[in-house]
Amino acid sequence: MSGSLEDRTKSEISFTVNGVQRTVRAFPMERLLDVLRLQLGLTGAKEGCGEGECGSCSVLMNGALVNSCLVPVLQVQAASIVTIEGFDATAGSQALQEAFLKCGGAQCGICTPGMILAAAHLLDRNPKPTLEEIKEGLSGNLCRCTGYLQIFEAIAKAAHGERTASS
Amino acid sequence: MARERHRREIWMRSDPKDFELVSPGTLPAVVALLARSPGEWLPIAGGTDVMVQYAAGKLASRKLVSIWNLAELRSIEVLANEIRVGAGCTYSNIREAEVIGREFPMLVSAARWTGGIANQNRGTLGGNIVNASPAADSLPALLAYDAELILVSVRGERRIPYEGFHTGYKKTRLAPDELIQAVCLPRRFSGYVSYARKVGSRNAQAISKVCIAALGRMAGPTIEDVRIAVGSVAPTPMRLSETEFLLKGKVIDEALVASARKTAAAEIQPIDDIRSTARYRAAVAGNLVAEFLNLLRADGKA
Repeated sequence: MSGSLEDRTKSEISFTVNGVQRTVRAFPMERLLDVLRLQLGLTGAKEGCGEGECGSCSVLMNGALVNSCLVPVLQVQAASIVTIEGFDATAGSQALQEAFLKCGGAQCGICTPGMILAAAHLLDRNPKPTLEEIKEGLSGNLCRCTGYLQIFEAIAKAAHGERTASS
Repeated sequence: MARERHRREIWMRSDPKDFELVSPGTLPAVVALLARSPGEWLPIAGGTDVMVQYAAGKLASRKLVSIWNLAELRSIEVLANEIRVGAGCTYSNIREAEVIGREFPMLVSAARWTGGIANQNRGTLGGNIVNASPAADSLPALLAYDAELILVSVRGERRIPYEGFHTGYKKTRLAPDELIQAVCLPRRFSGYVSYARKVGSRNAQAISKVCIAALGRMAGPTIEDVRIAVGSVAPTPMRLSETEFLLKGKVIDEALVASARKTAAAEIQPIDDIRSTARYRAAVAGNLVAEFLNLLRADGKA
């Protein structure tokens, strides 16, 4: 009910999500992750650890990679948020997705949205990263399936064409 | 059983409706709010520490004030004698600032070791200081570089040495109505040999078992000046003052390295915890001091 006490202590927060202006009513300390998933239906960002260790909830906030589980939603007022759903529509996403498919970089899929966004964030700043730089760029994103090598290879492939991470 | 455990975890979580968060938008408005009821409002910048405590249901304060992105805290000013790093600068800001990389490389190394990229994009230097973890990676570098802090409140600004800011485990000299505005780094260490190491399970996303930041300057074979700071081996980050005293004015040889190792191990107060043991920490702290001295000796010969 819009007139309830609970609703009155909520704030109206406006920000851009994947290029679209959105306004939500939320408690200021609600986590961006929960607002994206529960209010906006964007379930690409996943909750892994809920404490900034695993990177499954990664989104881009004004172009910077952040863990959405550690962002109180009030802090995204007037910001621009890109989730994996929005990144999916870009050209960079196609190359990364194909490379992840080819190299077996995605298995169970929980970490994949965060991995792709972390990779995009890296390639945006450093289009031709070395293997060491790829490892550093992804060091905040944990994967329990692949053992990482396929992911590193996929990013190297997306960045350098057919060359593999070891070359 | 599983359901019981699940329910308990949900219960442990904080409920956002129990918390207030305001964002006054300017530094004067934030310090005015802090002054109205000192100690009541917890400042939150990038949330990399505060939101973790919040998620675990361990946040003592129910009232938070956002200082994320306050313009007054985000600048890096290059003055003739010092560089003033705004307390709201993130680790990424520090990594990207060329002048810091050139003159204060140990601070950049520490920024690279803190969390992963997403945490570096949100975690701030001021937050790292106020959170006051004895294991924080950037704090030994600030001690070694003789940093000073500019603190701000409605009462005005005051400037204090960073050394001595931590008065005990998680205790600081920050008054309840104050914020750190900037960290001042004196530009007099560019001629020094610097040595920074983190010993942890991995560099990213792992808290240090021992970390060190050390500076030294040789005059021929003699140590002219030396500053050694360590983290994760005492209730606060600390300078190894006795070890420094032992070393100053001496020629580095095997005997000196051995007694420095011993002095360092004796002046730290390491504990056993989930990450390591006191014995391991004392041994590794000694090894790091020895490695630093070998580097310094090579520089003296060059």
